[in-house]
Amino acid sequence: MRMTRLIGAALGRAMAGLTRKAAVAGLAIGLLGGALAPCAARADAADDVLAKFATDRFPDTEKGIQDLAASGLATGPAMLEALNGNQLYFDPASKAVYFTNAAGELIVARTGAKADGVAQARLKKVRMNNSVRGAMQAAQGALSLMSPDPAKRLSGAESVFKSRDPASLAAVETALKAEKDARIRRAFENALAAIVATDKSQDEIKRLEAMDVIKERGDQDAASLLSTIAAANDGRVKASAEEGARAIQSRLALWAHVQNVWYGLSLGSVLLLAAIGLAITFGVMGVINMAHGEMVMLGAYTTFVVQEWIRSHNPALFDYSLFIAIPLAFVITGFIGVIIERCIIRFLYGRPLETLLATFGLSLMLQQAVRSMFGANNREVGAPAFMSGAFDFGAISITSGRMWIIVFALAVFIGLLLLLRVTPFGLRMRAVTQNRRMASAMGVDTNRIDALAFGLGSGIAGIAGVALSQIDNVSPNLGQSYIIDSFMVVVFGGVGNLWGTLVAALSLGIANKFLEPIAGAVLGKILLLVFIILFIQKRPRGLFALKGRAVEA
Amino acid sequence: MHASFLDARSRIFLVILAGAATLVPILFLAVPAGSALHMPAYLVALFGKYLCFALLALSLDLVWGYCGILSLGHGAFFSLGGYAMGMYLMRQIGPRGVYANPILPDFMVFLNWKELPVTWWGFNSFSYAMLMVLLVPGALAFCFGWFAFRSRVTGVYLSIITQAMTYALLLAFFRNDMGFGGNNGLTDFKDLLGFNVQSDGMRAALFSISAIALGVGYLIARAVVTSKFGKVLIAIRDAESRTRFIGYRVETYKLVVFTLSAMMAGVAGALYVPQVGIINPSEFSPANSIEAVIWVAVGGRGTLVGAALGAVLVNFAKTWFTGALPELWLFALGLLFILVTLFLPKGIVGTLSGLSIWPRRNPPQARPQPTPAE
Repeated sequence: MRMTRLIGAALGRAMAGLTRKAAVAGLAIGLLGGALAPCAARADAADDVLAKFATDRFPDTEKGIQDLAASGLATGPAMLEALNGNQLYFDPASKAVYFTNAAGELIVARTGAKADGVAQARLKKVRMNNSVRGAMQAAQGALSLMSPDPAKRLSGAESVFKSRDPASLAAVETALKAEKDARIRRAFENALAAIVATDKSQDEIKRLEAMDVIKERGDQDAASLLSTIAAANDGRVKASAEEGARAIQSRLALWAHVQNVWYGLSLGSVLLLAAIGLAITFGVMGVINMAHGEMVMLGAYTTFVVQEWIRSHNPALFDYSLFIAIPLAFVITGFIGVIIERCIIRFLYGRPLETLLATFGLSLMLQQAVRSMFGANNREVGAPAFMSGAFDFGAISITSGRMWIIVFALAVFIGLLLLLRVTPFGLRMRAVTQNRRMASAMGVDTNRIDALAFGLGSGIAGIAGVALSQIDNVSPNLGQSYIIDSFMVVVFGGVGNLWGTLVAALSLGIANKFLEPIAGAVLGKILLLVFIILFIQKRPRGLFALKGRAVEA
Repeated sequence: MHASFLDARSRIFLVILAGAATLVPILFLAVPAGSALHMPAYLVALFGKYLCFALLALSLDLVWGYCGILSLGHGAFFSLGGYAMGMYLMRQIGPRGVYANPILPDFMVFLNWKELPVTWWGFNSFSYAMLMVLLVPGALAFCFGWFAFRSRVTGVYLSIITQAMTYALLLAFFRNDMGFGGNNGLTDFKDLLGFNVQSDGMRAALFSISAIALGVGYLIARAVVTSKFGKVLIAIRDAESRTRFIGYRVETYKLVVFTLSAMMAGVAGALYVPQVGIINPSEFSPANSIEAVIWVAVGGRGTLVGAALGAVLVNFAKTWFTGALPELWLFALGLLFILVTLFLPKGIVGTLSGLSIWPRRNPPQARPQPTPAE
């Protein structure tokens, strides 16, 4: 950027003697931005422009801004930037114009050199009003069209699309010719179409063609642009604009549903993660584990500790922190789960209400323990590079973090299903839950299986905590906020059935997101709770009830 | 369970209550402030609070201890009773509020509401408010129980959906649109029946009324459990399907006792609110309801006296711990949950009465399960 500015300045000075009046605005912009098109600019044109900023009158300032692009002044973009931040000054005595750059240094606008020995206190600010601001934004958009930075060109094109200033037409056309990047080309074409379509002086056929381009763009901005055109015109233009706006709106409404489903899946996967461990301990073993939420919390804190360790010992590993935290959380919470089973729960089998109370007591103790160790405040857990960012899918934007959590939840679900179906441990576990005495008679160590199964459920809660640490506040209360939802999911899905848990979690998530726009977030949740309460009355064993005698025990 | 209506334990309990109801006001009002026997105002309010909790525990024991319904949502009935009382007290503030609106409570003026919502109509009348204290929790319990018991939702499923019920109410009462003060709840009370709620006389009276309410609640509960109706309840607790086969309409029995219990909880809440001076949605929090269950478990479920005793003991411990060792309170409470369920399943009173000293460790199949009808 600095390089191009120097070249621009040098060219400007070299061509000072030439008198070519036909300095096309767009070409001059090309010079400003650094495109080396043959061109000329008058040195005194620059002086004229700068003088307009020093009159302290709004109309003059506005004119100055509009002419700034044509003047070939190398400091043009920087001046506009400074004006935007109220950092553009003039000297009332000498009429010289100055600005402060990003580093806070005072720069002479005419030369781009540092203004040594100029007392800033003597200078006056160039004032702004709304119309000056509008002119400035349009000029900024036009100036940035030729920027070497693709992101700036793109945002420049977008701002032209929004301002639709006919004055930028030439600039956009020039920029479009020079552009190589297909995406930015499309943005330029859109901007061009927006200008042509709104400009009543243009040919009607051209305007209709331009509107087709806008229709193809198909987002909310395009729809509002078309509505504006429809309101301001009549005849064929109006009809076409109206039809286009309608088509875009109905398409967007469809995408809004897609987005709701997506958000619902995202929420559902969070519910699934929180509930799936409970589906083992409650659903398969019949143990009411009120400390389940605290296992999730411990998993989240494990992530926090791992990240702290990585930050202080080996920052290069940060992107892998979750891969370290997942097995570690599984082992830690699983081990705690085994201890809980051995010390408390095994004395309470067959007394579910007492188990509920004892594990609730345990959850209080775990919460307080974490609060004593890490404090009551939220802890900062960072997202690795692959979890941050977003990409567009159709008309909706998808954040990578959410997507990976859905993938992770499904992976955990499938892994657990396989564990129960195909491993010897899974076989034994199912045997014990179906008929404890018979399993025992066949040589299965039921005590060991109980402990391991409870450990498995707790461990899965722990890895759920790793994932939830990415989207929720890591605080001692993390678990509490999930426990009721988790129980609802398991009970709704049907106890003892992992598929039921999957269907329940996803359908509750999606239902919640569809209710939210209608009823509001809190009321939507209340409605769902009421629905589940009523649903359980109708089908006390959930969506997918196990058939047979085992259920009644 | 072949006890007469007023056995020795009941008589001791009622005498202690009567003693407290007369002695505390005397120590508070008549004994001069300098004397060692004088009871400070905060203690009166504190003990009054304990008595309300004892009544809540008693109502819970009636359904859990005698009918096997472990409600994790009794805090909801307690809070609804409290809100009904709170609404009466709010209407009594009248033009003395910050915005000096004679009809609308401050929070409604703040939310720019123009008129009183239907839910608030009539709450300027004390008798209507007291009727609501009984009717609102009772109606909720009736509707909830009507659905739940008829479709034979039992055991932990019932516990979980009662918990969901109080959780849903918690979320609902947090909303400003509900018109119950949202997050802040109802507070800044001035008068109760024309007397200042902060005055010494009112505090003493509230304490005595709480003691009397607990005594009356106890007598009602006692009358229920010693009657033939109570025997059926116990039969339902011990063998629900068998009771049904014999020909009893199990769901009717459960519904009656559940509704009665909810009304008692509502009265406890109504007495609680003027003594603590505030009611807000956090009273609905599921943890509160579970805490009430542990009071009953500590004292001894199925003993009534034990439930009241447990409520007072645990809350006394809570007061002491949160003052002296705030960090340790949750550890202590959690440990209490675990130790009581593991080693003291009959609670203090149940263990002391010598029915059984040590818990039997029941493996899952050890208890014969009657095959249900389905």
